[in-house]
Order: sequence, then C-alpha cells, then structure tokens
Amino acid sequence: MSAVASTVAPARKATDAPLLELTDVGRDFDVSKPWLNRVLESAPRLLLRAVDGVSFSIRRGETLALVGESGCGKSTVARLIVGLYAPSRGGITFEGVDLSTPGSRESAPQIRRRMQMIFQDPYASLNPRWRVGRIIAEPIRVNRLLADEAAIGARVGELLRQVGLTPEDADKFPHEFSGGQRQRISIARALSSNPEFLVCDEPTSALDVSVQAQILNLMKDLQQRLGLTYLFISHNLAVVAHISDRVGVMYLGRLVELADAKTLFAAPAHPYTRMLLDAVPDLAMSGSARTPVAGEVPNPLNPPRGCAFHPRCPFANARCEAERPRLVRTPSGASVACHAVEEGRLTAH
Amino acid sequence: MSEHATLSEARGRAPERAAPLLEVRNLRVEFPTRRGKLVAVDDVSFAIGRGEVLGVVGESGAGKSLTGMAVIGLLEPPGRIAAGEVRLEGERIDNLPADAMRKIRGRRIGAIFQDPLTSLNPLYTIGQQLTETILAHLPLSRREARERAIRWLAEVGIPAPENRIDHYPHQFSGGMRQRVVIALALCAEPRLVIADEPTTALDVSIQAQIITLMKRLASQHGTAVMLVTHDMGVIAETADRVAVMYAGRIAEIGPVRDVIHAPKHPYTVGLMSSIPKLGEGRKRLAQIDGSMPRLTAIPRGCAFNPRCPSAFDRCRAERPELAAVGATRAACWLYAEGR
Repeated sequence: MSAVASTVAPARKATDAPLLELTDVGRDFDVSKPWLNRVLESAPRLLLRAVDGVSFSIRRGETLALVGESGCGKSTVARLIVGLYAPSRGGITFEGVDLSTPGSRESAPQIRRRMQMIFQDPYASLNPRWRVGRIIAEPIRVNRLLADEAAIGARVGELLRQVGLTPEDADKFPHEFSGGQRQRISIARALSSNPEFLVCDEPTSALDVSVQAQILNLMKDLQQRLGLTYLFISHNLAVVAHISDRVGVMYLGRLVELADAKTLFAAPAHPYTRMLLDAVPDLAMSGSARTPVAGEVPNPLNPPRGCAFHPRCPFANARCEAERPRLVRTPSGASVACHAVEEGRLTAH
Repeated sequence: MSEHATLSEARGRAPERAAPLLEVRNLRVEFPTRRGKLVAVDDVSFAIGRGEVLGVVGESGAGKSLTGMAVIGLLEPPGRIAAGEVRLEGERIDNLPADAMRKIRGRRIGAIFQDPLTSLNPLYTIGQQLTETILAHLPLSRREARERAIRWLAEVGIPAPENRIDHYPHQFSGGMRQRVVIALALCAEPRLVIADEPTTALDVSIQAQIITLMKRLASQHGTAVMLVTHDMGVIAETADRVAVMYAGRIAEIGPVRDVIHAPKHPYTVGLMSSIPKLGEGRKRLAQIDGSMPRLTAIPRGCAFNPRCPSAFDRCRAERPELAAVGATRAACWLYAEGR
C-alpha cells in the first residue's frame, strides 16, 4: 500500500476476512479524587469501567453500527479504535496488525492513513482560522502523500467535488458554511488520505433532518464508490436502520446484542433492544400503545451486579441479579447477552 | 394578591367572547443590525384552543423558538416584536410592561426549555425553587406551598418526593431534572405551556417517558401546550395540530394526521420523506437539496423556491399566503386557483 496517494482505491466487495477485530476490549478511567484528598480523606481509588469485554469484528466493505444511550461507551469504543485512547484490556487488530499495545501504532504508520474519523460537531472539529483547502490538505501533508503543491490543490478540488462542494470553496473559511456543508468538509478531510476505514461518531446528530438525509446519502454513495468500511456510532435507531449492515447495541459499557440489521430490527432479542425500539416515536401514528420504559441508566461508577440491565428489565429473575450473562448465539444468528433469551424464557418478538 | 383578583376577573371574562386561549396575529420579529433589519419571524398567525397541543416544527433558523419566546415575552434584545399582536384569552399581552408580563409568566403561561440544567438554579434546592414559584403566583402559606410542591413532584414521577424536595439540581439525573422543570412550569397551573425542545437533550428512552408525562398532564389539567421542536416524531406522538415553519414563516398548518400523512407544501413533503424511519431497511433517503436560506438572503417570492422541485415563475416573483388546501392550510402557489 504505497504510492496510492492520487489513485482512488478500487471498490472492494465485503469479504469474510475481518478488517478490524476487537477481542475482549476494556477501558477504565481513573476518576479518583486527587492524591492529597485520597490520603487525607482516606478515599479509595475510583475506576470507571467505560467499556468492558467488548468483542466484535468488522468485515471489509460493511457498515457496523454501535447504538446505545449516552454513557454506554459507544464513543469510547470509537476512540479506542482510532487510537485516541489506549485500551486497558484486550486486543485490537487491523488486518491482523496489533494496535492495542503502546507504540504499536507508531511502528505501523500506514494504519493512521488508512483509518480516519468523522466527528459529531462540525462546528468544533474544523479549525476556524484555517481555510478549507488547508484543512482538507492536512492529512495529505502529514502523511506525505503528495509532494508538489499543484497536485495537492488538484486533489483538494477533487475531494471537494466528491462531497458535493466546489473546488472554489477551498479558499473559504469554515464559518462561511452551513452545518451540513461543514460536515461535508469533515468528510472530505477524512477521505483525503485515501482511507479504507472510517469511524463516524454521531456524524449527523448535530444536523437538521433534511441535511441529515443529504449526509447519509453521501456517505452511502462514497462507500459504494470507494469501497469504504464504516463503524457508525449513533443513538438514533432509525438512522442506524438506514445505514448499517450489522448493529451492536451497547448498555453500560458492554455489548448486549450484536446482529444483522435485518434481524435486529425485525426480531430484537435483548429486552434492552426491544425497549429502545419501542421508544422510537411512532411517525406512522399507528396509535399502537407503547410501553414506556421505566427507570434510567444506572450510575456507571456503581453498576448493578449480574446483568447491568436487570433493575429495568421486566423479565429479570434471581439469576439475572447474580450472574452476568455472556454473548451467546441464538438460532436467528444474533449474539445476545441475556439469561432470559438463553433459557428460552423470552422468545423473539 | 390584588393582581390575582384582576387575573381571575380577566379569566372569567374571556370565555364569553369565546376567544381562543392564545391568538397570534401577523407576528413579526426583527433584529436590527448594522446592515439593516433582519426579519426572523415574518407575518406568523395561529391560534391555540383550550387544552390543545400545537406543535411548531422546523429546522434550525426557521424561527420556531423565536415565535415561542415572543409569545412569552422573553425575546433577547435587540430582537423585538416589530408588528402584529399576541392575545391571551382575548387580552393583548405583547405590549405589556415588563412587570405585568412577569406576573403572566408562570401563572398563566408556563415555560419548559431544552436544557434542564440551565433552567434550574444550581444554588437552591428544587423545593425552594418550586415553593418560590408557587408563592409568587398563588395565595398560599409557605407550608401549603411546600405540600403542593411535593404533590407536583409526585405527579411528575419523582420517587420519594418528600426527601427529594430538599435536594439540589445536580443531585438529579437529566431525565429527573426535566421532570422537575415540568413541575416548575405547571405548579401554578397555567392555562398554556410553551415547551421549547423539551426532549431534545434527553436519551430516547427518557424522551418517551417525558412525552408520555407531558401528554398525561396536559390532558388531566386541561393545559394547552405550544410544543416547539425539530423532531417530527415527538410532534406525531403529542400534538393535535402542527405548524411547519420555514425561513420565518408558516409553510403549512393543520391537523397533525393530515400534515404527516398527506402533506401539501413541497417543503413538508420533503421534510417528511427525509426523516429516516424504522422498517424501511437500507432504502436511500429522499433529500431536499441545498439548505435553508440565511436571514440576510431570503429569496424573493416563496422562500422555498430555490429548493423546491415544483417551483414555477410565480413562486420566484410573489410570496404565497396560507390558504386552505384540503384539511390543512398551506402557503404554496401550487394550490392557487387556476393551477
């Protein structure tokens, strides 16, 4: 994979070899009081398990979505993958190359080029003092993909056209653009190093619906044209249904269900997934009664024993309170971490 | 409590004239700037009946929040009502002096805002904030006010309200805080509540709880609600009628079912089909190209014409007014006579 700078990678089909694989990944954050307080107040060290025991793989060319409510760890997973955080436990491999140990990313410089991220807030993720052309060219310069300025300028123009803007926009500043156009600029920047894999953390959450549709359609087109692989983080199930091939549902730092998008939306297995789907407002106004979900996400500093969802789960029993369920394959091909599903107490909707 | 007496007199008079609870007529909100006036809300008229939930939906910059703020008299200067009038139970309230308006807020119009953390004072317990609001508007003793506050906390679904009443806002989760804000808006039993994006900052499961709660309280207490949101899903679940705003004007207004299932204005049509829905699989979304014009560059004629797939000459020259189209009213030349 060298000297690919100006040639666009040919579209690839989804294959079975995983592009990215996470094995039992965990990340703790130290949220203890400062050392002096700990000594004086004899306060214990406090660890927040933001992500725990998460395993999944993403095949080339597919879109895996992670959904969950705030604080479930989905954005932490995204940051672990791109290397903004180092994992506390577990392994992350990209095409078989280990990324989880410190320094491993530096020894594989190509990885950075091949993996890029799109952030949620297009107002915060673009440098307001840089012209758009410089913003988009930065990954090209950092990775030394093109040497001569004319070639960089041409490439920036090509990228701008690719995301539905014009080459003339390179001379403008971010504030001259609307939210949707800024997100297009973020996408152009992410694409400028010819990546294969994009981590998209809530890329449309800050946008209006009509603009969200434009960005989702653009992302789909680019995926087809460039053979991209996406990890798509979102809290919006309807958006996820439109973009993803497979969906992982997270709750309090753990994966509770991982399934094909079709299976998950047609026959959600885990009680939490069912609850999330029930909570989506009914636009069709079918008038069907919704069961409003009781309770809230517990404090992650003090998660419930056993299955973290048991205090809110209508199907919980003594086993759920004591023993943490593992992800188990169901006959429909989904992986579900739920005793009730495993024991057959709970059948698909 | 003399103002209380005059308020109830006013309320006693209102039904005879059979005025709607809230009537907004030709409202225009302007922001003077160095380069001239920006018109953020332009010629907006609507009414809300007693106990009715009117949804006001639109994308950012459409003027929906400003309309709500104008009604409740909380426009941030230099923004100001430049024309039109707002009537509450038949009485004009847009030109009242600030302290008269303050008495109406809370007592006759409650407000719920998007961010439950910034709508509560972090330095006072929620009990202090609730009793202060109740005492400001109702002739009760401190003790009665506290009892009433506890009753309201129970009503909005806060467990163990007798203990929770002495807690500070930071001791509540986001969803619980929004419940407190709702209690605060409703504790003086106003006839109208302006709710500006009340569920936007909340997670989906909490959102559903808050929508259910607001619906129940509105129907139990006969409170009318002006629900301002960008989320059509929330409108579909909650509202009786909906006004769709675009670039400072109402593009379409009508019963929620008709607007959602058979939208007439091309903007509403585009908006509805661009919303991702469950059960459509990986279908490509319909999209409206372009984006809403800036206030400095609102196109001539119909503001939507540059993005409209069915625009014709008249749309680029003349501005359409709301006119009845089937069950709804739409501001669109497509439905004008002769077309």
